[in-house]
Amino acid sequence: MSDAFALGQAAADPPLNDSRCDEFLLLNRLPARAAHRTLRAWWEAQTWDFRTESGWDYERLVDGLAAFIGAHAAVADGAPLHSLEILRGLDKSGQPEKFDLLFEPGDVVCIVGPTGAGKSRFLADIECLAQGDTPTGRVVRLDGQAPDPESRFTGEGKIVAQITQNMNFVMDLAVADFLRMHAESRALAAPESAMQRVLDAAIRMAGEPFGPETPLTQLSGGQSRALMIADAAFLSPKPVVLIDEIENAGVDRTRALEFFVDQGKIVLLSTHDPLLALSGARRLVIRNGAVQQVIEPSPQEEANRLRLAALDRRLACMRERLRLGERLDEPWETLLGGSAT
Amino acid sequence: MKLVTVAGPPSSGKTAVILKSLAHLQREGRRVGVVKFDCLSSHDADLFRKADIPALTGLSGNFCPDHYFITNIEDCAAWGRRLELDVLVSESAGLCNRCAPHIRGHLAVCVLDHLSGVHTPRKIGPMLKTADLVLVTKGDIVSQAEREVFAFRVRQVNVKARLLFVNGITGQGSWEVSRLWDSAPDDAPLTGGRLRFSVPAAVCSYCLGETEIGEDHQHGTVRKIQIEEAGHV
Repeated sequence: MSDAFALGQAAADPPLNDSRCDEFLLLNRLPARAAHRTLRAWWEAQTWDFRTESGWDYERLVDGLAAFIGAHAAVADGAPLHSLEILRGLDKSGQPEKFDLLFEPGDVVCIVGPTGAGKSRFLADIECLAQGDTPTGRVVRLDGQAPDPESRFTGEGKIVAQITQNMNFVMDLAVADFLRMHAESRALAAPESAMQRVLDAAIRMAGEPFGPETPLTQLSGGQSRALMIADAAFLSPKPVVLIDEIENAGVDRTRALEFFVDQGKIVLLSTHDPLLALSGARRLVIRNGAVQQVIEPSPQEEANRLRLAALDRRLACMRERLRLGERLDEPWETLLGGSAT
Repeated sequence: MKLVTVAGPPSSGKTAVILKSLAHLQREGRRVGVVKFDCLSSHDADLFRKADIPALTGLSGNFCPDHYFITNIEDCAAWGRRLELDVLVSESAGLCNRCAPHIRGHLAVCVLDHLSGVHTPRKIGPMLKTADLVLVTKGDIVSQAEREVFAFRVRQVNVKARLLFVNGITGQGSWEVSRLWDSAPDDAPLTGGRLRFSVPAAVCSYCLGETEIGEDHQHGTVRKIQIEEAGHV
């Protein structure tokens, strides 16, 4: 365990020459760099009172500036993930599981099973990159190899982005300001266009439109879910997206999945929503703590999925009409028929 | 015995994270204990005892809680050694945000929660800056995007620490924490050791019980706010 203050950097004299240095001084309410070109020159130009009473000393400043500038490198993306393997473990009775699983970018995998069957445990095994050391004994491999042990013990090494029904935006910021903040933390070359892409995608998915100036906390359930999905698809560096029960959120779910697939994410959907559950290339049935079955949709299921999608669009139309104050009083057949199929 | 110092703002989830993480170590047969430092009152010791974890409570009362921590941690460690603990966790709420109970050579942990807002990492000072391990709680109720921004903001003040997301309710992430605590430095000496960050310099009349307001009553080390007057630039 490194002692954060014993790194022997005290003698260093970092240059003070770019906008990030200015940002660091500003954020810490420190005097501007003015004409000083190094941290030491700047420090030595400060008054004695300041140097003794500000709560800073030179070593702390060196460390603080290094952390601030190093933050981008610490959250930088890892190499792209080509495969995620989950090697079989044991079920709750101690019997071996039947399947080793292999997921690749763009895969949509649905996970079904009653409450208590072990869905959460399965997802947690992926989340913590289990190495035979969790209760199930499953082993996760990335690109065919055991993950770097260090990556299990730091948030940036984790590969899973999560979206669940319980999540909310809590920041008191406008949508655009927040997305800009997220884009900046990723050190993207073109944060403005990345932000615009997320915003466009979110608005296309959400039933009701919203704008860049809308405060995050005023978004409806559907709007905030749509924004979370678009952000996870386009701004999150995580290669795996885990979506837990988002069925009733008023989001265009088919389009949401397309965004993830287009971005080469591996999507794990824990859901019993028929449309979503049939959307996966595979469906894992979890029972008694183990993956009991791996179902690939049959042609009939695929045909049924298309009909469900049409039905889903009809429902969305009805929702929209009610929102506009209309009545839904035509005969049932007309209501379900129409042009949306 | 390993001594782990855990600090974090009030209600950030320190106790929940400690309970969940120590449970993993208990299951593996490790002997664990907690010493809880607080100012006025604390009922957390009951929670620890309920979980079969021996617990001490230290209330600093009228004293500066951080000075109280430093002057008592050796005795607490001796208590832990008498109980033959493998891991002793000291828990304190970094209090005025100016101090940190972190000691060189001992694993230093800072607990923060997502609901406190993205500016928190910049506000809380040395207990975050000097930590080896930063645990961020309550991530299950905020968006992934906010979690990523929060992690970045933590990095901007402490680039070296490990950073983990922990759910104090379900225990998600606590297994990883327990691995890190189990491999914390062992038997590092306290006596003669050093704090990672100095405590504040102020010793003024108010530290000694003064309650009256006014320049006549201000003695000792006093620092005045600098106010720029309108018109004077």
